[in-house]
Amino acid sequence: MAVEYENASEYIKHHLGHLTLGEKGSFWSIHVDTMFFSILLGSIFLFIFISAARRVTSGVPGGLQNFVEILVGFVDQQVKDSFHGRSKLIAPLALTLFVWIFLMNIVKLLPYDLFPYVAHFIGLEYLRINPTSDVNATLGMSIAVFFLIIFYSVYIKGAGGFSKEMFLKPFGVWFLPFNFVLKVVEEIAKPVSLALRLFGNMYAGGLIFTLIALLPWWIQWTLGLPWSLFKLLIITLQAFIFMVLTIVYLSMAHEDH
Amino acid sequence: MNINLTLLGQMITFALLVWVTMKYVWPPIIKAMQERQQKIADGLAAAERGKHEQELAEERAKKVLQEAKQQANEIISQAQKRANEVVEASKDTARQEAERIKASAEKEIEQELNRAREELRRQVGVIAVAGAERILKKEVDAKAHDDAIRDLAAQL
Repeated sequence: MAVEYENASEYIKHHLGHLTLGEKGSFWSIHVDTMFFSILLGSIFLFIFISAARRVTSGVPGGLQNFVEILVGFVDQQVKDSFHGRSKLIAPLALTLFVWIFLMNIVKLLPYDLFPYVAHFIGLEYLRINPTSDVNATLGMSIAVFFLIIFYSVYIKGAGGFSKEMFLKPFGVWFLPFNFVLKVVEEIAKPVSLALRLFGNMYAGGLIFTLIALLPWWIQWTLGLPWSLFKLLIITLQAFIFMVLTIVYLSMAHEDH
Repeated sequence: MNINLTLLGQMITFALLVWVTMKYVWPPIIKAMQERQQKIADGLAAAERGKHEQELAEERAKKVLQEAKQQANEIISQAQKRANEVVEASKDTARQEAERIKASAEKEIEQELNRAREELRRQVGVIAVAGAERILKKEVDAKAHDDAIRDLAAQL
């Protein structure tokens, strides 16, 4: 522990706190660390991909282009497998989600105490560099996806078709209110489960790292190394799951029953 | 987990990222990939076509070779036939020539023989006359008995 804490619970609390602007606990406050690092990582993603896209050639690809093309091809294949409509938005959306979430997850593997330690020196009390362990970040993405689901449902099926689906499925006209409640729950469950799955995984993973960091320094690696390796799998998997489920939900929104 | 303005900030960030990706990242990359795919497909097709053409050319070459061989064989057999004919013809001429030479030689021999016979006959006549002269010890009038001697010689 770089900065001395009174006890373990103080340490944990400190590492789970956000650098917040505005009154804590109120809606009108903002997590500066989450915003800063998510925008930074998003910019890194865009920087890499745009610089690859600028120099892209249909001839022999270079190293960066190769790497980018593997990701693009992978996402494109996923979209083609699950999504049967035609949309210019879905594939770039899926790519953004996958890479961005992956980047936001992977900063978790950076040395755990380093950033709060540095932040302490420049006078910031709290600093969490992993945006996806902030529920606001994951909910922000999943709610945006939710809006897209609603938008495409109405866009493809029309307002009539959409309300018909909301009110008359799955039990027909005689269960109209019941159908509606069921459908609303179903639709709401999509963004909530998307956000909470990612948030839960990352938050719990971070908590475990915190606990590992409480061990004596010479034994930390015995747990830290396996957990980091396992985490590497989890962060990729979570990014992938978020992407695939988004594609599937949007595909469902496109399908006319 | 307190929900606050970060949520809206994240939504805006996300929307911007997706918009930029959709506008500037995805289209050029996917276009290049599709173009390369097309190029590779074209290349493979061209290779396939080239292979096919090569096979055709080989077949054609084989056919031409076969025809050439056949022609050569025909030419050789014709030449042999012709050679045989020439040999036969020259044999015939040789034989005819030989026969002609033989015939003329035979004729000459016969003539020579006749002449020799004539000569012999004449000499026998002379010898016979001389013999008779000696036997008779008396000169025979050659002129008077010339006819008789000639008769005698003709009988020989």
